[in-house]
Amino acid sequence: MTTEVAVLGAGMHPWGKWGRGFVEYGVAAARAALADAGIAWRDVGSIVGADTVRGGYPGYVAGATFAKALGWQGARVASVYAACASGAQAIGTARTQILAGMADVVLVVGADAAPKGFFRPAGGDRPDDPDWLRFRVLGATNPAYFGLYARRRMAVHGDTLDDFAQVKVKNAAAGALNPNARYRKPVAVEEVAASAVVADPLRLLDICATSDGAAALVLSSMDFARRHGAADPVRIRAVSTVTPTYPTTVLDLPDIATDSAAVVAPADGTFRASIARAAYEEAGIGPEDISLAEVYDLSTALELQWYEDLGLCGEGEGAKLLRDGVTASGGRVPVNTSGGLASFGEAVPAQAIAQVCEVTWQLRGTAGARQIEGARVGVTANQGLFGHGSSVVAVR
Amino acid sequence: MVDNWFAGEGDDFRLLGTRCAACACVFFPREDGFCRNPGCAGGELAEVPLSRRGRVWSYTDGRYRPPAPYVSDPELPWEPYTLIAVELEAERMVVLGQAVPGVAVTDLEVGMEVEVVPGVLNEDNGTTWTTWHWRPVEVGA
Ligand SMILES: [Zn+2]
Repeated sequence: MTTEVAVLGAGMHPWGKWGRGFVEYGVAAARAALADAGIAWRDVGSIVGADTVRGGYPGYVAGATFAKALGWQGARVASVYAACASGAQAIGTARTQILAGMADVVLVVGADAAPKGFFRPAGGDRPDDPDWLRFRVLGATNPAYFGLYARRRMAVHGDTLDDFAQVKVKNAAAGALNPNARYRKPVAVEEVAASAVVADPLRLLDICATSDGAAALVLSSMDFARRHGAADPVRIRAVSTVTPTYPTTVLDLPDIATDSAAVVAPADGTFRASIARAAYEEAGIGPEDISLAEVYDLSTALELQWYEDLGLCGEGEGAKLLRDGVTASGGRVPVNTSGGLASFGEAVPAQAIAQVCEVTWQLRGTAGARQIEGARVGVTANQGLFGHGSSVVAVR
Repeated sequence: MVDNWFAGEGDDFRLLGTRCAACACVFFPREDGFCRNPGCAGGELAEVPLSRRGRVWSYTDGRYRPPAPYVSDPELPWEPYTLIAVELEAERMVVLGQAVPGVAVTDLEVGMEVEVVPGVLNEDNGTTWTTWHWRPVEVGA
C-alpha cells in the first residue's frame, strides 16, 4: 500500500517532574529512537519537532532546537504546533515528506517541561484569545470541561462514579508495569473515591496530572526499511488530523459556547467520532479490526467517551464495555496498555507520539510485562485545543 | 474586557450575539468580522439578543482557585463557584456561564430550566467588572 511508512525506531524519556528543560528530554528520546532504529543521526534526512509553548522561543521552533542539540547536520526541518495533537501533526508531516519522496528517514520528536497545577493561558491582557477569555471571564480550567463531560455522561448514559474510578484502576494497573510511566503504583477504587473533588463529579485521581516527558519516532519509507534490513516493520497506515465540521455541537475547550445548529444541520456524529472515522477510512479498516487502542484519558470519564467515538461499542455503552473487561489487559480490545495519561500525565507535544511508541512496542511484541497477545492493529486517538483532531493507525 | 456581550437591566438583561444577514447563523461570543458558516460567502453581522432562558446541558464546579487571568483575592479562602452549560432551544447552542453565587452543584440537574441574569465578576479599585450568570428558574425567581 502506497500510504504506508515504516516505524524503524521508538524512544522515550521517562515522564515525571524532573526539573530540567524540554530540550534535554527531547534529545534523550531522540537518541533512544535512533538507537532502536539502528540509524545514525547523520543519516536522518529530515527532523520534525512538535512545539511546546512553555519552552519559549526554542520551544516554538522545536525542530531546529532538537537538530541543533543533536548537532547540525543539514537535515530538512519543520516545527508544528497543534496543542495536544502536535505530536500527531509532526508524525503526519514526516509521513507526508516520506511519501512525497522528500526524505527517506525522518526523526519526529516531542518534549515538554510542564508547570505544576492547572494549565494556564499565555500572559498579558488578550481578550482576542478564546483561551485567555475562558479563564478571565469564567475561571473555566481544563478540569472544568472534563467535569461537564462527566456529569453529562452520568445524566444521559447513567455512568457512575464507580465506572469512572474503574478506568483509573485499570490504567494504573497497566502503568505500574511501564518503566516510562510517571505513576507506577496500582490504585484502588477507594483511593479514587477518597481523593479530593477538583471539578464535580471528578476527583483528583480522575484527572491527569501535568508532567515533564518526551517521545520520539524514526520513520522511513518502506523501501528504505527493507534496504535497512527491517523486513517486517510496524507500519503507519493512517494519520488523521481532521478539523471539526460546522456547526460543532459539543462544548469543547477553550470555547465559551458551541456553534448554533439552528440554521445549518450538524454532521452525523461528533468531532471526536469523525477523527476516528477519517483514520479508519484512510487505513481501510474498521473498529472490528482493532487489537488495542491508546486513547486520550485526560479524565477517566473521557476514556469511556473514546470507546464510543472509536466505534468499539455503541453510543452510551462505554461503561458497559469497561465493566465487561473488554478494554482491560487480557480483554478483547485493551485500551491504554501504556497506563495512559492517568499514569504518564500531560507533556503536551510528546503525548500523541508516546501513544504511537506504545502501539509500536505492542505490535512488535516487545512491551515487556504489559505485553498483550497477538496484537496486529493499533489505533491512537487524541484531541487538541482549537479543533485539532488526531488518530494514528499502525499495523504489523 | 468583553464589550457588548450582554446588555439590559432586570428582566431585560440579555446575552448579545450577532447574526449573519446572508445565512441567518447566530454567533456567541459575537463574531463581528466574518461569518463562520462554511457554506456562506459572508454577510453583514448584526447584533441580536439571545434567548433569556434555557435548559442545563451539564454543570460542574471549581474547587480549586483557577490561575490568572481569573481574578480572585489570594488573601481570602477560595470559594468554589459553579459553572453551568446551558442549551438555548431557539439558537440550538450551548452557552457556558457561572451560576449566581450561592447555587451549588447539588441544586442542579441536567434539563433544569435556568435564566440569564446580570452578575459581578470582580471589583477592583472602584472598577466593577460585570458579567452574566445563570440562575435556576425555581430558585429566587
Ligand atoms: Zn453567513
